[in-house]
Amino acid sequence: MIRFILLQNRQGKTRLAKYYIPLEESEKHKVEYEVHRLVVNRDPKFTNFVEFRTHKVIYRRYAGLFFSLCVDITDNELAYLECIHLFVEILDHFFSNVCELDLVFNFHKVYLILDEFILAGELQETSKRAIIERMGELEKQE
Amino acid sequence: MNPFSSGTRLRDMIRAIRACKTAAEERAVVRKECAAIRSAVSENDNEYRHRNLAKLMFIHMLGYPTHFGQMECLKLIASAGFPEKRIGYLGLMLLLDERQEVLMLVTNSLKQDLNHTNQYIVGLALCALGNICSAEMARDLAPEVERLLQFRDPNIRKKAALCSIRIIKKVPDLAENFINPAAGLLKEKHHGVLITGLQLCIDLCTTSAEALEYFRKKCTEAVVKSLKDVANSPYAPEYDISGITDPFLHIRLLRFLRILGHGDADASDCMNDILAQVATKTESNKNAGNAILYECVETIMSIEDNSGLRVLAINILGRFLSNRDNNIRYVALNMLMRAITVDTQAVQRHRATILECVKDSDASIRKRALELVYLLVNESNVKSLTKELIEYLEVSDQDFKGDLTAKTCSIVEKFSTDKIWYIDQMLKVLSEAGSFVKDEVWHALIVVISNASNLHGYTVRSLYKAVQTSGDQESLVRVAVWCIGEYGEMLVNNAGMLGIEEPITVTESDAVDVIEIAIKRHISDLTTQAMCLIALLKLSCRFPVCSERIKDIIVQYKGSLVLELQQRSIEFNSVIQKHQNIRSLLVEKMPVLDEATYSGRRAGSLPATVSTSNGAAINLPNGVAKPSAAPLVDLLDLSSDDAPVPSSSGGDFLQDLLGVDLAPASSQLGTSQTQKSGTDVLLDLLSIGTPPAQSSPSTSDILSSSLDNKISVNTLQRLSSPSALSGQASLPAVGSPVMDLLDGFAPNPAMHEDNGPAYPSIVAFETNSLKIIFNFSKAPGNPQTTIIQATFTNKSPNVYTDFIFQAAVPKFLQLHLDPASGNTLAASGDGSITQDLRVTNSQHGKKSLVMRTRISYKVNNKEVLEEGQINNFPRGL
Repeated sequence: MIRFILLQNRQGKTRLAKYYIPLEESEKHKVEYEVHRLVVNRDPKFTNFVEFRTHKVIYRRYAGLFFSLCVDITDNELAYLECIHLFVEILDHFFSNVCELDLVFNFHKVYLILDEFILAGELQETSKRAIIERMGELEKQE
Repeated sequence: MNPFSSGTRLRDMIRAIRACKTAAEERAVVRKECAAIRSAVSENDNEYRHRNLAKLMFIHMLGYPTHFGQMECLKLIASAGFPEKRIGYLGLMLLLDERQEVLMLVTNSLKQDLNHTNQYIVGLALCALGNICSAEMARDLAPEVERLLQFRDPNIRKKAALCSIRIIKKVPDLAENFINPAAGLLKEKHHGVLITGLQLCIDLCTTSAEALEYFRKKCTEAVVKSLKDVANSPYAPEYDISGITDPFLHIRLLRFLRILGHGDADASDCMNDILAQVATKTESNKNAGNAILYECVETIMSIEDNSGLRVLAINILGRFLSNRDNNIRYVALNMLMRAITVDTQAVQRHRATILECVKDSDASIRKRALELVYLLVNESNVKSLTKELIEYLEVSDQDFKGDLTAKTCSIVEKFSTDKIWYIDQMLKVLSEAGSFVKDEVWHALIVVISNASNLHGYTVRSLYKAVQTSGDQESLVRVAVWCIGEYGEMLVNNAGMLGIEEPITVTESDAVDVIEIAIKRHISDLTTQAMCLIALLKLSCRFPVCSERIKDIIVQYKGSLVLELQQRSIEFNSVIQKHQNIRSLLVEKMPVLDEATYSGRRAGSLPATVSTSNGAAINLPNGVAKPSAAPLVDLLDLSSDDAPVPSSSGGDFLQDLLGVDLAPASSQLGTSQTQKSGTDVLLDLLSIGTPPAQSSPSTSDILSSSLDNKISVNTLQRLSSPSALSGQASLPAVGSPVMDLLDGFAPNPAMHEDNGPAYPSIVAFETNSLKIIFNFSKAPGNPQTTIIQATFTNKSPNVYTDFIFQAAVPKFLQLHLDPASGNTLAASGDGSITQDLRVTNSQHGKKSLVMRTRISYKVNNKEVLEEGQINNFPRGL
């Protein structure tokens, strides 16, 4: 199960934070700070997995953005790595060539996409097309 | 229009915040926005509510407090339109969590929205419920969610499935309601619904045994078929990831099969073919394929034994391990750890590669590899693996050293076959990473050193050399200080030289240098400094030439700000200056530390009885195993002078280090001392044999009282021991109890009858003032043990009082001194004192006896000290 998802830039500014477990606000800030510290200085050749407290963080860097998933120790790391990539592809498709600013100004849409992709810490949909179509339908509701 | 009024659009606010150059500017903008939002909240403004909440969420992301917006979420959720509800639910998920009371207020809105005619609103409600529902909400809303599992739109069905997972995690009792609908989802063709349905089944199986049984019976074949379909499916652009159709679905199916097959031979049998197919046919040149293979290997390892599949799985892991991609190597290490319980041999084959991974530059890989190595160690490879680990310790990162040290120490402790190897390896670790070694590890090392009597010399010399190069490693310094304090003389006289050693020349003052440097190092902490002081006290006696210098060092701590050090300094100084006569008794070598007692203490529990360790049993002259049920016998048993450390209940290690119980006195004092739990060491030190209540005995009566007490205690013991010892008839010196009573006071020739070949008596020591004669006899049935009766005669015209005879022997010998017949020696050979010594020669037949003696007494209240060495023992003793 995914415990939380973080999207941070290299300076450690959080662009998206989704928690599937209850945490205090102060604890969330601490977690975001620690995860950023863990991933930001890792060599690109290194594994995309870091142990974090009793869990592990699967992260992937796209330009200046780090996508980090905190998952259970027994979860399939490679699958979650693929999962991050799928999410990025969806964002890329939706915003047509996504950049950090898209995510800043449309943060509420990013959350909406994420809610169509992952729910309750589990993968909900594996088809990029299905999610993009669903987003189109939701936008029509506005 | 004011750009910061509530009239600004979200986009404008974000721009304004991004335009801020300093944190102060940003705070100002946020403050203004928050003020505007607050006033809108109090005016109950409906038009811009969702825009305001969206702004608030952005502000929240920046880390500012936004609790005042919580009620706004609820209002938005309760409003009619989709856009309002969308922002309301988003705010609910971001600003609130399951623990807030406010959440209860939303249950009703959720219930309405779950029954809404607009399926997009139903979707929003399910999403919020799945992400933040509490146990109460789960109970209230479970029927709605259960119904939605059969909703016509697959988008709602998959959301309802994941929502159900959250519900059964919060309220496991509800699991049984979901078993049937979940099984229904497994028949779906829609990937989203199938994948969420599978996840629901997996979670149901972990919460309910009933569900597992049900799925195993009804669904195994269907799941196998689904896997077959997806594995053999033609190119499907919608789900394709680098040439594989929906790897996520593959993985969920494999995971569910693992749960179904685990511990069930039939189900396992059913999935063998498809697992073999996935393991052999899946492309392994892309991450997606490897993710499937990885999951497949795990499933093969978990289901019931099929050796063919396992070979396949181990081979895949072997390929992973040699992959250039670090991620793949990482998961291989991860999986090998689980494979080790299944097939150790197969994992052992990759040992060299795994060891290389310990040295990887990536901390994640290192950590995995180290844990794997730890599991791989066995008796046959421990030496080579330890060597590699210790070599790597020298060059490893600082932050990895802690882990590496802990694991290496644990391996060395667990698998050490001989003590010299253990000591060598521990010294290497201490020299490389002494500051990372935990206290209990070096405590254990000291216990082992103490028990390895033939290695004392070797160890202390090795430590001396190690400290010269790695004097900055705290725990190395501590062990070195302890050993030099205990075995300092072996450092100087190169006693107990092993063949592999290079002789070194160390003077007494070199040895004291080590301690002095250690105590004066600015980074030394209290424990180290306290240990140094004790070592110095011990050395002051062993190295008379350095006595003055040592006293000077100790005196420097008289003014220490640390009370403990100050007190020790003053106490030890007074021992050195005023109590010459008892000092040597005080600083006798520590008796061998009992490993069992020690490890018991380490485990946090005190042993109920003084245990009989192997060491103690071997040292019994008659080789008869001691009856372990009688701890009292152990304590009173005079035949083993290395009786285990009395189990004084304090966990105070320092007390042990001090070696309060002096070898000759210990057995006699056994009863009184063991029951003492006081920690005032010096009180013990100064009051040998006096009851603890007598806290400040005057110097003059210490010795007399102590000796009197010794004799009386001894007599008592003898009286009490025969019944317990009667089984050990061959025990020397315990001939008959009555004789024993007399034994201490008058020589009893009868005792030595029939004790094997007779040996000529020797004059062991002779000066103008004193003569010592040794008579020898053998303990019956034990050629290694010699009983020596020493007779002391005063040749001077003055009476000697406070007469004490002490002896020391090299390590291959063991010496036990019985109490002397008295402590006053009449003048001019008018009377004599006798004392029995028992020497056990572990090298009997190879080496002959040798002994150093020290005699102290008072003439006209003036202290006299005489020392000598006895080399003229008859051969063959």
